[in-house]
Amino acid sequence: MTRAFTPKMVTANDLLEGDVIYLTADNKWSRLLSDAHVFTVETEANAALELAVGQQDRLVGAYLVDASADKDGNPTSLHFREEFRSRGPSNYPHGKQAEV
Amino acid sequence: MYIYNDFDEKFVRERTRQFRGQVEKRLDGYLTEDEFKPLRLMNGLYLQLHAYMLRVAIPYGTLDSTKMRKLADIADKWDKGYGHFTTRQNIQYNWPKLKDVPDILDALANVGMHAIQTSGNCIRNVTADHFAGAAADEIEDPRPTAELLRQWSTDHPEFQFLPRKFKIAVSGAPNDRAVTKAHDIGIRMVRDDKGEAGYEIIVGGGLGRTPMVGKVIREFLPRAELLPYLEAILQVYNLRGRRDNKYKARIKILVHETGLDEIRDAVEKAYEFIKPEFSHPSDELVNGIARYFEPPQFNNVQTAAFDKALEENPALCSFVETNVAEHKNPAYGIVTISLKPVGGTPGDATSEQMRTVADLAEKFSHDEVRISHEQNIVLPHVRKADIAEIYQVLKEAGLATANIGLISDIIACPGMDYCALATARSIPIAQEISTRFNELKLEHEIGELKIKISGCINACGHHHVGHIGILGLDKAGIENYQITLGGDATETMALGERAGPGFSAEELVPALERLIDTYLNVRESSQEIFLDAYRRLGAEPFLTALYPEAEKDAA
Ligand code: SF4
Repeated sequence: MTRAFTPKMVTANDLLEGDVIYLTADNKWSRLLSDAHVFTVETEANAALELAVGQQDRLVGAYLVDASADKDGNPTSLHFREEFRSRGPSNYPHGKQAEV
Repeated sequence: MYIYNDFDEKFVRERTRQFRGQVEKRLDGYLTEDEFKPLRLMNGLYLQLHAYMLRVAIPYGTLDSTKMRKLADIADKWDKGYGHFTTRQNIQYNWPKLKDVPDILDALANVGMHAIQTSGNCIRNVTADHFAGAAADEIEDPRPTAELLRQWSTDHPEFQFLPRKFKIAVSGAPNDRAVTKAHDIGIRMVRDDKGEAGYEIIVGGGLGRTPMVGKVIREFLPRAELLPYLEAILQVYNLRGRRDNKYKARIKILVHETGLDEIRDAVEKAYEFIKPEFSHPSDELVNGIARYFEPPQFNNVQTAAFDKALEENPALCSFVETNVAEHKNPAYGIVTISLKPVGGTPGDATSEQMRTVADLAEKFSHDEVRISHEQNIVLPHVRKADIAEIYQVLKEAGLATANIGLISDIIACPGMDYCALATARSIPIAQEISTRFNELKLEHEIGELKIKISGCINACGHHHVGHIGILGLDKAGIENYQITLGGDATETMALGERAGPGFSAEELVPALERLIDTYLNVRESSQEIFLDAYRRLGAEPFLTALYPEAEKDAA
C-alpha cells in the first residue's frame, strides 16, 4: 500500500522584496495564500516544485508545504508557521495583513 | 568614540562597492541564489520569514548621536520606521528590500558603521559591558580591548572560514554584565596579586543546542600578550574544531570533547610559535586605541536639587531606583532606557525614539549611547542634576518605563514573528507576561527577576541563563513553551534546569503566576530575589507550583 499523500502548495520568497509568494493554478506567483494552487497528486507537486526551483531570477528558496483545499479549491495551510507566513508578524500590523 | 582610520574607511567602502556589484549581478541573473547567499550573509543580509533582514554591527554596543540618528534615518527611509536591538548589541532591520541594501550600507559607511561579519563562520561583532567606562566597579574600560579585537578580527585572512561562528565578549569589571561565560571566548579584566591589570581568558562557553559554561583557560594573561594568545586559541580551534557536524562545530564542543587541559597545552604550544610574529605588544596597541575612549571631563555639580526632586516626585524616584545605576563619579548616574514598555516588543525602538535618545545623549551624556545585551539603551554619563529633566523627555517619548531588572524587562528573540529558524513565537509571550504582571501591580514587589525567551534551541534569547527561561517549541504542530529555572547570566553563571513538560501558550502565563506566587510565599524577605530563593530551596516548591496536578497524582 502506498502512504497517503498530504496535498501541497508551492511557496517561496520573492527575490526583490523577500515577501512570501505562492504558486497559482496558472503557473504564476501570487502574494496571497488564497491564490495558491493545492496539488493533490504527488508527482504533480514535485514537478511544480522543480519548475519553481528553476526560477532563480525571481524567487528564493521554493519548497512544498502541507495544505488542504475545500470543495471550491480554497487553500488553507496546515501548520502555524505557514499561517504566520501568509499573514505577517503578530506584534505589528505589518506584512501581508497590512495590505489586505 | 573610535573613529575610522584610512584603512577602516577604505575597507568598508570597498566592501560596500563590491556588494553593490554582487546585488546587481544577482538581480540580473548572473548569480544564482546558491552563489549569492554566502555573499549576502557576509554582509549581514538574511532572508527571514516575511522579508530580508539586515543585521548591522554596533561594535561593543557603543554609539554616538550621529550614528544613532543615522540608524533612525535608515529605519524611516528603507524600513518601517523602527529597528530591533538584539542580545548581541546589534540592530536588525526587518523589512529592507534587496535592491536598497547597497544604499543602506553606503549610508552606514558614512557614519563609520557596517554589517560585515554579523553572519557567517567568522569572528562576529565583539560585545562588551554596556556600562563600560562608567561603572563604579570597573577595573578598566573594556572597549579599547574590544576595539583592538575588532581590528584584529575584521577580515582576518585565516579566520573567515572557521568551523562555525565565533563570539567574543569583554568585561572590564568583576560584576560580569557581558555574559562572558557564554561566549566562545570571554575576556574579563582582572588584577593579579601585585595589583597589575590583566585578562582572565575563558573559553568554550555558549548557549544554543548544547549550552555550556565557559572554562578558564588562562587565569591571568598579561595585557601585552592578548592578540597572540587569542590567535593561538583560534588557530587550534580552526585546525581541530569539527567540520563534519554543524551541531558539534563550536569551540565549546572541542573543549568539552578534548578536555580543557589538552586544549590549553595545544594553545600554549601554538602561542610560542605565533608570538614572534606579533611585533607590537598588545598593551601598547590597546593604549593607543584608549585615547578614543578617554573618559569625559566630569564636573562635580551639586546633587542637592536632585535629592529634592526625588523626594517630591515618586514616579521619578521609582525610575531612578530601577533605571539608574552607580557611576564611578558620585555626581553622575548611568541611565538605562527601557525598550520594554508594558505589552511592547522587547528591543524595538521607533526612529522617533532613536532621535530622542540621540538628542539626550548629545545634550546630557557626553554624546555617548550604549546598547545592552538585555536589549535596552544606556546613557552612560549623566549628571544626577539632569536626571529629572531627562526623565520628563523620556516620558513624553514613551521611554520612561521603570522596570530595569524586573519581571517585565524581558529578553526575547524575534522568534517566529520574524525568524526563519524559529519553532515558536517569543514576542507575544513577552508581551503577555509584561501586560499581566503590570495588571497585577506586583512587579516592584517581586524585585529582580530575569525572564529570557528564545523561539528555538539556538537560544538567541539566552533562555538557559534566565532566572526563568522560556523556550518555544513546535510540539506536533502547536506552539509549546518549556520552562527552565535557576539560570544565571553573571559571573556566577549557571544553566537553568528544565522544569518538566512544556506549556501551551494559554497555560504559560497562569503557570508563571503560580510560580511567582510561590516565590513570594517562600522567600525569606523582600531582599531575597527569586534566584536566591531557588538556590536556597531547590526546585521542589517551584515545580509543585508549576505542576500542581502531578503533585496530586503522586500523593
Ligand atoms: S533563538 Fe531561534 S527563533 Fe530566536 S532568533 Fe535565534 S534562531 Fe531565531
